[in-house]
Amino acid sequence: MLKKLGELFVSFARIGVLTIGGGYAMLPMMQNELVERRGWATEEEMMDYYALAQCTPGAIAVNVSTFIGYRLVGVAGGVVATLGLVFPSLVIITVIAAFLGNISELPAVKNAFAGIRVAVAVLMVNSVIRLARTAIVDWKAAALFAAVFIGSVFTAVSPVLYIVAAGIAGILLKTWEVKAK
Amino acid sequence: MILLRLFWEFFQVGLFSIGGGMAAIPFLYDLSDRTGWFTYTQLADMIAVSESTPGPIGVNMATYVGFRMSGIPGAVISTLGFVAPSILIIILVSVFLHRFRGNRTVENAFYGLRPASSGLIASAALSVVIVALLAEGRSFGTLWQSMRWPAVALAAFLFIVTNLKKTKRWHPIVFLGFSAVVGMLFRFGGA
Repeated sequence: MLKKLGELFVSFARIGVLTIGGGYAMLPMMQNELVERRGWATEEEMMDYYALAQCTPGAIAVNVSTFIGYRLVGVAGGVVATLGLVFPSLVIITVIAAFLGNISELPAVKNAFAGIRVAVAVLMVNSVIRLARTAIVDWKAAALFAAVFIGSVFTAVSPVLYIVAAGIAGILLKTWEVKAK
Repeated sequence: MILLRLFWEFFQVGLFSIGGGMAAIPFLYDLSDRTGWFTYTQLADMIAVSESTPGPIGVNMATYVGFRMSGIPGAVISTLGFVAPSILIIILVSVFLHRFRGNRTVENAFYGLRPASSGLIASAALSVVIVALLAEGRSFGTLWQSMRWPAVALAAFLFIVTNLKKTKRWHPIVFLGFSAVVGMLFRFGGA
């Protein structure tokens, strides 16, 4: 169990150090580390956890980490995965606050991060394609995907509302499906 | 006791910000008003720093403020305060999910949640693509003019490499590092 907790901490610290741009940008790193490398979660689980993480309090990245850690090793796992995830931020921000002042103004840093954003964008597009393939199982799921995508691009409604509405829609659609048969 | 106060204040920020990173920002403004621990300008700087450092904005802000108020213990305690509500609530939700696994209604809800969750992630991805590939002040009417062509070329190259059988399994850090170097060489940030 201690060994597993150690592995969890290291895995989530690796994800945390690469997550530039918050919870959504973390998805490609999580898929790489947890789904492909470790086999600790499936694509469906990642989607379920992301859905719930968006309508529960706190940072998405923290919530997803707690979900996966808890599923693997119980309460200690949830705590350790989250601590692993925030550990790199804690170190990096402390160093910045203590010594560096505003590093984001340095030209080299600005240019490097403009480059990194391109990579983050491409990795996220790849992740979305993978997720959409798993999530869109029929035309109704495709319609839900399109509705939420278009809605959240063009309006500033909280994601919480979309998640709650989609959950209700899922229950209603499936209930009608059963009745129609 | 300042450490307790830090823990409690960031516990509240963590508890009330629902819907990811940016949801924490209004609560951080409120915290600034009530405590005077940091100014709006410092908060704006921190948002900028958060965009170019790893980690969620809430965690970064908690660490930054905590460190300025009482050094490393402050940084650690504030960050723990921020993540504590998540840990508690997510564990409760997990217990609930475990109990209702296989329940028809819960399964049906997830049937709707998965495409919606993907749709939200797709929209987040789109905004990252826009920031990365289009010049500021862009509009769809002038899409062609506002393309940052060097960035578009890098994106096209990366998209191919990340989907080729031989190279797609490479660790994301390879692609991030490569892009950082390209960004510096070709002054992607315009700096």
